[in-house]
Amino acid sequence: MSADLTELYQQVILDHNRRPRNRGRLPTANRVAHGDNPSCGDQCSVYLQLEGDRIKDLSFDGSGCAISQASASLMTTQLKGKTAAEAQALYEQFHEIVTTGNAPDEMSDIGAFAGVHTFPARIKCATLGWHAALNALKSDPTTVTTESHND
Amino acid sequence: MPTWKDVRADFPILHQQVNGKPLVYLDNGATSQKPRAVIDALVKYYERDNSNVHRGLHALSMRATDAYEGARARIAKFLNAADSSEIIFTRGTTESINIVARSWAHAHLKPGDVVLTTEMEHHSNLVPWQQAAKASGATLKYVPVLGTNAEGGLDLASLDTLLTPQVKLFAFTHISNTLGTINPVAELCRRARAVGAVTVIDAAQSIGHAPLDVQALGCDFLAFSGHKMCGPTGIGVLYGRRALLDKLAPDETGGGMVVNVTYQGATWKPAPERFEAGTPNIAGAIGLGVACDYLDGLDRAKIREHDDGLARIAYDKLSALPDIRVLGPKGDRGGLVSFAFPDVHAHDVVTFADEDGLALRGGHHCNQPLMRKLGLTSTTRASFYVYNTAEEIDVLVASMRRTLKFFRG
Repeated sequence: MSADLTELYQQVILDHNRRPRNRGRLPTANRVAHGDNPSCGDQCSVYLQLEGDRIKDLSFDGSGCAISQASASLMTTQLKGKTAAEAQALYEQFHEIVTTGNAPDEMSDIGAFAGVHTFPARIKCATLGWHAALNALKSDPTTVTTESHND
Repeated sequence: MPTWKDVRADFPILHQQVNGKPLVYLDNGATSQKPRAVIDALVKYYERDNSNVHRGLHALSMRATDAYEGARARIAKFLNAADSSEIIFTRGTTESINIVARSWAHAHLKPGDVVLTTEMEHHSNLVPWQQAAKASGATLKYVPVLGTNAEGGLDLASLDTLLTPQVKLFAFTHISNTLGTINPVAELCRRARAVGAVTVIDAAQSIGHAPLDVQALGCDFLAFSGHKMCGPTGIGVLYGRRALLDKLAPDETGGGMVVNVTYQGATWKPAPERFEAGTPNIAGAIGLGVACDYLDGLDRAKIREHDDGLARIAYDKLSALPDIRVLGPKGDRGGLVSFAFPDVHAHDVVTFADEDGLALRGGHHCNQPLMRKLGLTSTTRASFYVYNTAEEIDVLVASMRRTLKFFRG
């Protein structure tokens, strides 16, 4: 197996793919958004329990490749307790990581996705759950499609 | 007669490594590779004959026109069409079907009518009928697909109730791009004709893989793309029975398709020009004609044996993998196999296979409703052509085993 592929399918990604965290519909959710990647059929719904400006709890559901599912799972562990602005900032860091491969040392968890940058076709997989979460925060209940994003 | 191994020498693209491994191209259902003869024809056209068709009186224009119309005649012969004028050049299968869905359906469908298609259609033979039904007030109905893995093919018994005199058009695929199912198209045409319905065959996955005779099939329209049969991209064909084409209004209008134009209106040329507004894909048509020569040189009956034989071998060998779902019929099938694992997504499978030099397709194969019906979101597909070998199936199966071991531990 090549170094690139080992880098893409890191242990933390495989772990989140095998044992997804916060999966399923969140009963206390007051926001939801759906993401679709029409070119590959990946789907991801993100459920948020928003209190004021803060994400009290969240979950995801959907189907797709290991990258998309692990990314959504890991995202739910990262966004709990964050404000909308903090979530947006974290997404921007994540986006930087998956498009450039440069992961700061302190980003140990989402840094696992640095290997995505050598597989440009998979960037959409990694960002699908994040797009849905940000849309849920904006209270835009429409379906997100990755086709409308520039990454 | 060349051996199948010799055929590989005709395709320059095959002789390369991908990720350090010999390329194993098994994505022929998406597009086939091109033989040297087709590539040379394109180069020769652009280097020697390039000019617009039907418009010039100079030498190059006459050469280009002869070559373009020669390609039309060659394709008519390839399909055993009664006349060259029944061959309309399009961009591909999708445009061909859309012409029928817009022109024919617009003129003939009304509320209360039924358009019949099947549950195994590619989006290109499904969405245009949804649109036509919506625009006309007609109802769209589907012939069901049988079996948890769609192994039972079309529910032909359901035709007894579905094929009523209200059915004005019946559109179906010859070979399913997802299942590999070979539909009994001659029988479907015969049964449709019995109730007075017009038939449309999507031949995208069959045209380059087997002999095909539109008169023997008895279809009214047939659509295919050049690029899945060794031809260039951006060229395809709509075959239509002359009697129907003559009564059909054009879908697109403009230059090249008119007889007389005034500031008040215009009159149309007969088919095929009526349906070819604007400058056509001249080089593409010429390349497609050469692709017909190439495939006939290999003998299409032998191509069918070869491609379908590889698919059956692949079906058997893949079926031995733990927890695999292989879709489509167990016995006779077209030259492709698609399959799914419950725990490893097709895109991960395809990414790993790429490491082994394998070109596979992973996804919903433009077949979302069928996927949903089968409880799947995506499958991995291996599709075979004249240059593929049984050894390549072993590369495929070994790659699948490695991938499963990685994800399952």
